[in-house]
Formats: sequence, structure tokens, C-alpha cells
Amino acid sequence: MSNKLIELKDLTKNFDDQQVLRGINLDIYENEFLTLLGPSGCGKTTTLRIIAGFEEPSSGEVLFNGIEISKLPPYKREINTVFQKYALFPHLNVADNIAFGLNLKKVDKSVIAQKVERMLKMVGLEGFEKRDVTLLSGGQQQRVAIARALVNEPKVLLLDEPLGALDAKIRKQMQFELKKIQQEVGITFIYVTHDQEEALTMSDTVVVMNNGEIQQIGSPIDIYNEPENRFVANFIGESNIIEGVMVKDFLVEFDGFRFECVDKGFEEMEEIEVVLRPEDLDIVAPEDAKLTGVVQNTTFKGVHYEILVKTDLRIYKVQTTDYAEPGRKVGLSFEPEDVHVMYKMGAY
Amino acid sequence: MNVRKSSIWERIYLGIMFLVMYLPIGVVIAFSFNESKLPVRFTGFSLVWYEKLFADHAMMEALLNSLILGVLSCLLSAVIGTLGAVGLSRTRWRSRGLMEYISILPLMIPEIILGMVLMAFFYMLRLPFGMLTLLIGHTIFCVPYILIEVKARLEGLDPFLEEAARDMGAGPLRTFRDVTLPLVMPAVLSGSLLAFAMSMDDVVISIFINGPRLSTLPIKVYTQIKTGVTPEINALCTIMLAATVLAFAAWYLCKKLTGGKEEDEQQVD
Repeated sequence: MSNKLIELKDLTKNFDDQQVLRGINLDIYENEFLTLLGPSGCGKTTTLRIIAGFEEPSSGEVLFNGIEISKLPPYKREINTVFQKYALFPHLNVADNIAFGLNLKKVDKSVIAQKVERMLKMVGLEGFEKRDVTLLSGGQQQRVAIARALVNEPKVLLLDEPLGALDAKIRKQMQFELKKIQQEVGITFIYVTHDQEEALTMSDTVVVMNNGEIQQIGSPIDIYNEPENRFVANFIGESNIIEGVMVKDFLVEFDGFRFECVDKGFEEMEEIEVVLRPEDLDIVAPEDAKLTGVVQNTTFKGVHYEILVKTDLRIYKVQTTDYAEPGRKVGLSFEPEDVHVMYKMGAY
Repeated sequence: MNVRKSSIWERIYLGIMFLVMYLPIGVVIAFSFNESKLPVRFTGFSLVWYEKLFADHAMMEALLNSLILGVLSCLLSAVIGTLGAVGLSRTRWRSRGLMEYISILPLMIPEIILGMVLMAFFYMLRLPFGMLTLLIGHTIFCVPYILIEVKARLEGLDPFLEEAARDMGAGPLRTFRDVTLPLVMPAVLSGSLLAFAMSMDDVVISIFINGPRLSTLPIKVYTQIKTGVTPEINALCTIMLAATVLAFAAWYLCKKLTGGKEEDEQQVD
């Protein structure tokens, strides 16, 4: 990968007597689309606000191109922010909102007009210069907010749940457009969201956070397929999580049976947790199965059925396109690569 | 809401209340156009008392004094009140509620006490009574009107707007000038109009702290009435009433315009 742009070193943050960040270490690279993902209160927004300069860390360092900036005010950073509720200036029209930063830098009027026009074109709002921002739709306001931030040509764009206030359809479209814009301008995007689908769709790197700590850093595929712990597995997608032991490399035991798997590097007989994704489980005849149980409930979900299968020890959630009526005795089957072994989490 | 036709008794009651409130005003206005000097019978329409009023030099001087005082105290308190409201909105002190209360206390203190206190204080300072003492006194009771209005407006503003400005490269001063001030300006204006109206009709405080040769319009009216109500005073009252109503209408419009804008913002959300 390319060069490190931002390094967070052992960041902590306390509000009054509450610790919201407990030692964040994170490297952010040039041209990276990085997403901070986690439930509300996990510290993702605080991390973003520290990078923007709106909050000072209680301890730790923020390095930008190798230089410590945690005491630098926001208006001296080459970083711009797109706010959750857009925060457009209601007393200025679209063009003046976008030109706000350039006007401060005393850029030539004709240059400003050109840049504003180019930005509006990029976000698909050509000809909107003179519009009143308070009369735009949510999606349009968000585009103006993005244009207003990008026109300053920052090295990093921070986005704080920018699609949170939009309805589902526009959100999907904006996800796609944001990714396109990021590739077009070729700068680092740091994106904060609690929506796992959004994170997986757009990011190069996903940072899963909980309780002021980073749980896992990885590509969307890694995060989904190889969750490091129960929290990540639960937060990203749906999971069947089963306690078990790692007998030895490539052999795991749970629910009283031993299964082949593709994981290694654990200690022998180490207590672990296993994730089986609902979509990786298949319903088969009981005699071909690895586990057997009785169908408890079947729900039609559009593309697939969600079937709850009760075995002797637990209930497995299965997502499949095949129908199975409740009460039927069925078998569950899965491949060795569908068994994801995770380190066991401490109590939380 | 439950819309119900009002009964006849409710309407009669409402009519009586309005009559009691506005009949005296109506009578004064009517008699200011009366030909006769005696406020007993309406003998015919005339503007003679208005002519006399405008020819009265002392009266005109008092009016000028009042206008100067009103405008100056309004400007001064607009600056102090706005900065105060912005400052209060930024503090995170535990004593903030108390500070706010202290800031608007001049509204609650009885005017006669405020007047006495100011007189005693200026006397102690050896400040000559006149325009300066009046200006200080009026500014003291005008500031809360502006402070309250601006504070309410600030509380309704999106706190991220100032952060957005700073993020875009604006320092604290530019943020205030380019974002905060334009956004609270309607509140500054409406507060100022209210303050102006209050300054224009204050007697109680002014009477304690005006100079021996300086008179404001309300004081002039008050001293004239001691020697009997003339139709000239009726005319003056009518003019002052008209001015007050106009100021109030302007204030109401200010409020309504900014209020309408806030509704739009909510709709978009």
C-alpha cells in the first residue's frame, strides 16, 4: 500500500469521568477509503472529531504526515468534514456555501466561480448555484456539503454518518457515488457509520470499534469471513456462534462432534468460538448431515427463507432458497471453509 | 385541535375585556382630533392640536432627546446583549443558569428601585446628570431584551454550523462575522426594536437620572399633565401610540419572518 498519512497513537479520551476512547492505534494511508464501524457510543465519532480537530485527545498522538497535530485548531488542518446533518449555512446560497473556504483564502473570484462549477458538476448539481440551500432535498444538501468540503482540496475528507438522514433508496445511490468521487479525487476518506452494509460496500479498510476500543481492522472480506471475535461476528452480518475447542490445527470440536476446518495456529485444546454464517448452512437429508434437528420456524424473506433448526443443544439460523416446513426432521451441512474459528472473548 | 363555536357569553366577555383595555386609548385618540379645548364634547374634526404640538419648541426638543437616547441606547445594548448571549451560549460553567438569570434581572427589578439606585450611584461617582447618565440607565434595562431574543435564536441554531466554518478554514473572528452574526441578526433586530420602544416610553427610571435642563418626551408629558390635560397632550399621546404600534408591528414581522425560515429548515430535515 501507499504512504501512511495519519497515525493515531494510543489515543484516549475522557469526557468528565467517562472514558470513551481506550487506546486507539490506527494507521491511515493515502487514497484509502477507511470506515470506522461500530454501534453508537463506541467512540467512532469521537475518533473522527479528534482527527478533525474539534476535540483534543486526553492522551496519545495524532500524526499527520509524521507531524504531531493534536493541538492544531481545525482551521489550520488540511482536513475537511462532511457533517451528519450537512451543516450548510442557511443564510448563503449553494454557490456561496461551496465558496466559503475559498473566499477565506482570498482566492480570485473567477477561479472560485470555476471551481464551484466543477464541484457542482462532480456531485451532479449543475446549475444549482443560486438555489436556497434550505429548500433543497436531503440528498441534494448532502451533495452540496460534499462539494463544499472537497472544493478546498483537502488531503483527507472526514464523513460523519453522512447518509444517516437519507432514505434507503437515495442512500444506496449515494454510497455508490461517494465511492466514485473518492476514486476520482484520489484522496483519503475516513467514514463513520453504524451501518455494516454501508461499511462493507464502500470501504478499502473497515475498522470495527466497540466500547472505545478497536476490535478488528481489515478488508471488508476479511472482516466478514474471518471475524476475530464474537463482537465482530455478531455486528457484521448474522451469525451462529458456538463455543468449542480447537483439537489441533484444522480440527475443531463443537456440539459433541469433531469437524474439519481451515483454521490453524491455535493452541491444542484451546477454548474458542466458531461462527457459522446462516447462508453457509445447507438443509439436507438427515442421513447426509453433519448435525440433525427439527425445523422450528420458516420465514419467507424475499430472496431466501430463514429457517430456524432446533438441534439437541441449540437453535441454528439457516438462510436458504429451499423451503422446509416446520416440524420436519432435517440435517444441516457445511463445508470446512465455512467454519470460522475465533479467539474466545473475555466477558463483556 | 377541538374547534368549537364560541358561545354568546364568551363573545360578550371578550368584548368587555377589549373595551376596558382599549376604550381609554380610543377616547384619547378621538379627542386629539377635537376642535374644542374641553374634553367633554366632540365639536368637530381638527388638526389644530397637532399644529400646536409641532410648533412647541420644548416639546420638539424633548422628542429629539428621546430619539437620540433611544437610538444610542439601542445600539449600545445591541452590541452588549449580542456578545453576552453568544458568550453565555459558549460557557460550560455550572453557574451558567445563574449567570443568565443575573443578566436579565434588570427586567425584574422594580423600575422605581432601579431609578433610585442609579441616581444614588451616579451621584456617588460625581457623574453630571444628563444624556450620559440617561444613556447608561437606558442601556441597562435595554440589554436584557436583546439578550433574551439572541439567546433564544442561538439555542435554535445547529451547533455544527460554527464547526463547519472552522473546518472550512475560518478562525474564531471570521466564524463569528461570517456565520454566527448573520444568523442571529433577525433576533438582534427584533430585540432592538423592543428595546427602542421601551426606551422611548420610560418615565420612572429617566426621571431619577435626567439632568435639570434635559427632558425626554415621556418626562415632558408627565410634567405637563401635572398642570392639566391639554388636547395637545392627547395629540402627542396619539403620535407616540402610533410609533409604538409601528415598532411592535416591525418586531412582530421580524419574528414571523425568521420563524417561517426555521419551519422550512425543519421540513427539509
